[in-house]
Amino acid sequence: MSPEHRSEHAHPGTGTYLAVAAVLLIITIVEVGVFYVPAFKPVLAPVLLTLSAVKFGLVVMFYMHLRFDHALFRLIFTLPLLLALGVSIALMFLFGAFGLGH
Amino acid sequence: MTHAAAHYTSTGLDNKKLAFWAFIGSECLLFGSLISTYLVYKGRSVSGPTPHEILNIPVTSVSTFDLLMSSLAMVLALAAVSRGDKLWARFWLGTTAFLGLVFLGFQYYEFTSFVREGLTIRTNLFGSTFFTLTGTHGAHVAVGVLLLLTLLVRSFQGKLGPEKAINVEVTGLYWHFVDVVWIVIFTVVYLLQ
Repeated sequence: MSPEHRSEHAHPGTGTYLAVAAVLLIITIVEVGVFYVPAFKPVLAPVLLTLSAVKFGLVVMFYMHLRFDHALFRLIFTLPLLLALGVSIALMFLFGAFGLGH
Repeated sequence: MTHAAAHYTSTGLDNKKLAFWAFIGSECLLFGSLISTYLVYKGRSVSGPTPHEILNIPVTSVSTFDLLMSSLAMVLALAAVSRGDKLWARFWLGTTAFLGLVFLGFQYYEFTSFVREGLTIRTNLFGSTFFTLTGTHGAHVAVGVLLLLTLLVRSFQGKLGPEKAINVEVTGLYWHFVDVVWIVIFTVVYLLQ
């Protein structure tokens, strides 16, 4: 197998790109809608963080082609991302941002 | 997709793409630290203006939509370059750069209106962390626009054929990363006040 074949995979077509854009648009509208509806106030943070994570995942998987590319690319991106997330959560605990610290 | 001009590492992966993913990994840590700093100092300003008083959600929603659509234009530009369609490649590269400039215009409007309302980087903790985070992101968008315009010029020079699609792909990776960072900033800074 040539190096090219090991590293390159078929990218999605225009239809998939447009479908992902439509989903991203809908989620953004839902996010802003949820922000303005008082009934969602108690669950605003989990709902918005979940929607944001879905948008993040869609762009990374389909537009950055991580779903279709070599596993090493996924590893190189995911490890620092998880590290950044872990550091962020640790810092927030440390500085009492969750109301549990000093 | 084939990249005739691509160079491969011992892993069989294109070295330019591998290096760019490593760069993006390091950028995760940069923005992770900036977002953490914003969150740690959130609600600790001893004087106003506060996020609730000053952030303009409708305007930022439009700029968010603008940046999301620029990501769509970017993947369509890559598809056009890969199939050797020069006309559409130029159109989508130009559209992506234009949408990036529109985003920067929104940011300029936001920053100047905040300064007029009394919020600068030195006003309070919110101002310091907000301007540092969104300013760093804006600088990344500006670099992305320059990269896109460079590709556009190369296309007009006839030097952006399918064999150079890897250059468009790595620029696209950068552009989409800037987009996903904004997805997080929009939620964490603007919607979760």
